Amino acid sequence: MSSVILTDIEKHFGDFTAVYKTSLEIPDGSFVTLLGPSGCGKTTTLRMVAGLLDPSKGEIRIKDRRVNDVPIHKRNLGLVFQNYALFPHKTIAENVAFGLKYRGVAKEDARKRVQDALELVQLPSVGDRYPKQLSGGQQQRIALARAIVIEPDVLLLDEPLSALDANLREDMRVELKRIQERIGVTTIFVTHDQSEALAMSDRIVVMSAGRVEQVGPPEEVYNTPASEFVANFLGASNIMDATVLGREGDDLMLDVDVFGRVAVPGRKAADVASEGPAKMVLRAEKLLLTNRDEPADGTVAVDGTVEAVDYQGQAVRYFVRAGDRQLQAINMIDEHPFDEGAPVSLRLRPRDCAALPAT
Amino acid sequence: MSVESREARQPWILLSPALTAIILLLFVPLGFIVVYSFWLRTATGADQAGFFLDNWQEALTDSFYRDILLNTLKIAGITTIVCALMGYPAAYFIARSRGNKAILLLLLMLPFWISYIIRTMSWINILGVSGALNSVLIGVGIIDEPIQMLYNETTVILGLVHFLLPFMILNVFVSLDGIDETLEDAANSLGATRWQAFTEVTLPLSLPGLAAGGLLCFVLGAGTYITPLVLGGPTDAMFANLVFEAIITQLNWPLGSALSLMLLAVLGALVLIYNRYLGMAQLMKGLG
Repeated sequence: MSSVILTDIEKHFGDFTAVYKTSLEIPDGSFVTLLGPSGCGKTTTLRMVAGLLDPSKGEIRIKDRRVNDVPIHKRNLGLVFQNYALFPHKTIAENVAFGLKYRGVAKEDARKRVQDALELVQLPSVGDRYPKQLSGGQQQRIALARAIVIEPDVLLLDEPLSALDANLREDMRVELKRIQERIGVTTIFVTHDQSEALAMSDRIVVMSAGRVEQVGPPEEVYNTPASEFVANFLGASNIMDATVLGREGDDLMLDVDVFGRVAVPGRKAADVASEGPAKMVLRAEKLLLTNRDEPADGTVAVDGTVEAVDYQGQAVRYFVRAGDRQLQAINMIDEHPFDEGAPVSLRLRPRDCAALPAT
Repeated sequence: MSVESREARQPWILLSPALTAIILLLFVPLGFIVVYSFWLRTATGADQAGFFLDNWQEALTDSFYRDILLNTLKIAGITTIVCALMGYPAAYFIARSRGNKAILLLLLMLPFWISYIIRTMSWINILGVSGALNSVLIGVGIIDEPIQMLYNETTVILGLVHFLLPFMILNVFVSLDGIDETLEDAANSLGATRWQAFTEVTLPLSLPGLAAGGLLCFVLGAGTYITPLVLGGPTDAMFANLVFEAIITQLNWPLGSALSLMLLAVLGALVLIYNRYLGMAQLMKGLG
């Protein structure tokens, strides 16, 4: 069953279209991420679900109830903001108990539920303190406790980790996912950070310029991008012009710029016609650099020259010239990285490639 | 000279021009006033130096002064409440408006470019016997004869509200502007209606600004003599009018000094109470 169903929702601000004809079904208990660059409409979509914005068109249903005209305070949603939004004049316990007060929960019961929530976020003994006395990460945990203590139908997270330090962010990521799985609440998470999206989501909704580009599990979105935008936004990709030569069994045969003939698996080329122009997508980490004298071993190989080296510790990112194209390759380091100007062989495995219709 | 002692002295060097001005122009004259208040005005009209308690005895025991002091505090109090009730919604509107906040604040400042006395006197053109309001009422035919609307306590309060409202709005605005708007969103999402979110979250967080604005309005209102002079009747004198009367009209500096110190003590006590519970920092924020 779906907890949240958006049908053709749109949001216009004057002449500006923030969200255009977006439809989405979010299954019960799942963790769905709206991912995209700033201005793509992800936060606007979240705010419409929350009731902080009214959609210009379309319908929003939560738990089988049309909520377009239901004001925010009657929607029973848990909302967590980037800046925590804790009430500075109330203690932590009062903050967490805030929503229970408006649900008529008896004092004793409320106290117990507040304590349970604080234990769930692993801050059981801060109830008497004020928000200012806690660190940013702790405040965000309290904001989460305050949102889930009311047992919301849907938990809405608006870039909740963006204000935290890099290390803390990764800890909170794991923590957030643990808590979400534990209580099983349907969650919509908004972020511009692809690694957060890939690590936490059951499904990722990639948005761009107010439209949904692709919806799917992290692996699918990452490995089989549905558009050039998705391919470029999630990690680094090489996108090359190609011509479809035809189908051979399950494979789609392409004649690709620089690389020549590549047999792309049919399931990774679902939207491509059997002839005419197309694009081939190859992730940077799937393009392998080797010495030219190594055997090709069933890979497609072309010669190239290293133009720039971006050393990253456990991996290295190369910019390689092959023919008239510059390509990106992210390789794990085996002994020494190649130097700038080194002659190399570029290897790709056809099964790592995906094809898109030419635009 | 060591670096430490140079650094310790620097604030004092920077403060010295202001401190000099304050000492010479405020504390020294205040000292004169204190001394004056113990002198005595003789029947000949000359002041006799010395240490006499006569002025203080008159100021503190005569019910005439006490009644006017109480009336002054009442008028200042009513003015403050009216300013709070009118100013808070305006400040809320400005704080929550997008884009044109700067223009709205500029409009709020605009009256300060015109002398306070001129602004006060403008009410005579509006409410006077041949003023705008009477002309309109007669023109429309609601009344036949002009009504005397000026020179009573209500017009004094009206004038004071006109004078003090911007101070209230500015103070409340600064306070509201510093409150994160997502706090109200958060309260709404947790089940509070907009009104409940306002009373539970926004209002308590803006109380320091409201208190600072209230203190300013009260102190400035209680210390004014121009508004009652221009817009009040013969019986609407406020305490500062008595000081004015004693010093300027009767040339009785010793009595005027004692009276002005009395008012200073009452208002000073209020400021101290405020400072004890809310702190001056908020007031400074509102003025800055």
